[in-house]
Amino acid sequence: MTADPTAISAQPPDYQFHHGQGADSLLQLSGNWTQGQALLDFHPVQAELHLHANATLTVDGSGLQDWDSALMVFLLRCHKCCQQEKITFSTRQLPPEAEKLLTVATAVKAHQPSAEPTKNWLSRLDPLHLPGRLGAAVSAHLAFVGELVGALARLLTGKSNTRFSDFRLCCYQAGPDAFPIISLTGVLVGMILAYLGAVQLQQFGAGIYVANLVVVGMLREMGVLMTAVVMAGRTGAAYAAQLGTMQTNDEIDAITTMGISPMEFLIVPRVLALVVTMPLLTLYANILGIVGGGIVAGGMGITPLQYLSQGEGALSFVHLGIGLLKSVVYAVLIAIAGCRAGINASKSSAGVGAAATEAVVTSVIYLIVADAAINIIFQQLGI
Amino acid sequence: MSALSPQPHIQISQLTMAYGSFIIQRDLDFAINRGDIFVIMGGSGCGKSTLLRHMLGLISPASGDVLYNGRNFTRASAAEQDVMRRRWGISYQSGGLFSAMTLAENISLPLQLYSAYQAADIAEIVAYKLALVGLDGYQDYYPSEISGGMCKRAALARAIALDPEILFFDEPSAGLDPISSRLLDNLIVQLKESTGATVVMVTHELASIFEIATNSVYLDADSRTMLAYGDPRELRDHSEQPVVRQFLARGDGNDNTNNGATACAGGGQELQGSNP
Repeated sequence: MTADPTAISAQPPDYQFHHGQGADSLLQLSGNWTQGQALLDFHPVQAELHLHANATLTVDGSGLQDWDSALMVFLLRCHKCCQQEKITFSTRQLPPEAEKLLTVATAVKAHQPSAEPTKNWLSRLDPLHLPGRLGAAVSAHLAFVGELVGALARLLTGKSNTRFSDFRLCCYQAGPDAFPIISLTGVLVGMILAYLGAVQLQQFGAGIYVANLVVVGMLREMGVLMTAVVMAGRTGAAYAAQLGTMQTNDEIDAITTMGISPMEFLIVPRVLALVVTMPLLTLYANILGIVGGGIVAGGMGITPLQYLSQGEGALSFVHLGIGLLKSVVYAVLIAIAGCRAGINASKSSAGVGAAATEAVVTSVIYLIVADAAINIIFQQLGI
Repeated sequence: MSALSPQPHIQISQLTMAYGSFIIQRDLDFAINRGDIFVIMGGSGCGKSTLLRHMLGLISPASGDVLYNGRNFTRASAAEQDVMRRRWGISYQSGGLFSAMTLAENISLPLQLYSAYQAADIAEIVAYKLALVGLDGYQDYYPSEISGGMCKRAALARAIALDPEILFFDEPSAGLDPISSRLLDNLIVQLKESTGATVVMVTHELASIFEIATNSVYLDADSRTMLAYGDPRELRDHSEQPVVRQFLARGDGNDNTNNGATACAGGGQELQGSNP
């Protein structure tokens, strides 16, 4: 079908202009117009056509050898250029197939994209727009939270479309499925805390207080924070990806048109599941963290009995309670960040990816801000 | 007959498709000639798209082979399969456009990878391919910003980017309005005529089957094998299989076509007998 480009008869693509008397021009094509040959520079043709505006142009294909899309591209550009210059375009002795393709390609006029100025990426950093964008984001988040509260209120009055089976499934995914990774991080965080304290405390000969440090540190701060970070990456991102994919598949639209609120049907079970499982996971991480600290303490010559009795002295329900309170707050924040990102995802594969990223980034920011706020409040209250 | 006819472009040989122990279709055996517009038809769930995916090498068959130009595709190594696939253009059921890329980027990707065009010329080629499907000017749109029908046409533009030898379509006109669907059919015919490509399509749009198909195979969901092979117009009037006639007559007129069909059937057999 395609001629061997190295054959002697194959000529490079070429064209020649002939300007007859009056306004008529003839463009004679010759040679091999196939891919692999560089397409001819179109600017000279354009210039030539510009000189002969408002005339007629006939493209003559009698000298053509082999051709493919390369020829069609040239013809199409001639056609477009003629339209701009108001030149009457016609062809003669083109291969019939090329003629047909040209008819098809020129049947629909090129779409003119609306002349809206393209946003460059710098404009997104415009400091003038920042407060406005921030305000819009805050109000969107508040609206989402408000809707969620409304849905929860309907759940309490029993008028909600939330299904218990969804809740159970979400609990399973957020809870038992997370055990292995929480075990690992729990033990390691306990060990890190113990090492951190051991070096400092041994300088004062107070190595035994490692137990206090680990118990208080885990219960009050590190156990819940590490669990929350893991859950933000694991469950928050999963919520965003799940809901984002549902958005892409029109599932969210289907739920809405069935008269079911996506908030009740999809988001409430997820938020509640995380609120139920997070304190339990935190408790589990606390225990494993204390065990991890005990391992390090053992390496320092503190017997398990000493470690436990010292730790028991430091154990108080205030620390435990603060940790569990934080875990509930974090659970709500992670679930909101994940679900909101997912349900607002744009309908494309890139949108789902962006939603997952947004979910993790927002929940980690939420976590740190909330952690600081809670710590400051309790500091002021003296608890 | 096969000795006289030229070597088929695509040959499906004793192909059995199965998911695990569940057999979808067995003993498929037919040929697709060069320059054919070949339709794979059958009721929903009979394995049409699965057959196409076997032909594309996305699923390996339980047994049997697919041959292109006499070369065994199924048994070829992954690298050889890639080389063979380079001469194909494929348009998937829901387009398969990369949603993170603009239409221009979608179409220029295969051109950048596999064509001999200079980088500077690719934009022009893209404009031409988009003009063929009536979408010139939409270069910088993302697939999510255009309608479903436009996505289908853009997917076609991507499929023909490399001037392929074989064009595969999975339900090209599903979800299109009758006029767009007709235009798409015309475009497929034009492309086939101008490039000499072989077209293989999965469809159950009867209008387009009768309009453009030159050959076809009918897969049956109940008996799990091919029931008929040949020109669909011929099959509609003269197939020995009532199921096939019914399918091609849109299932209607059980009595009126039955009368006609039984009346035709005798004549049809004669015709089929004399035709080859």
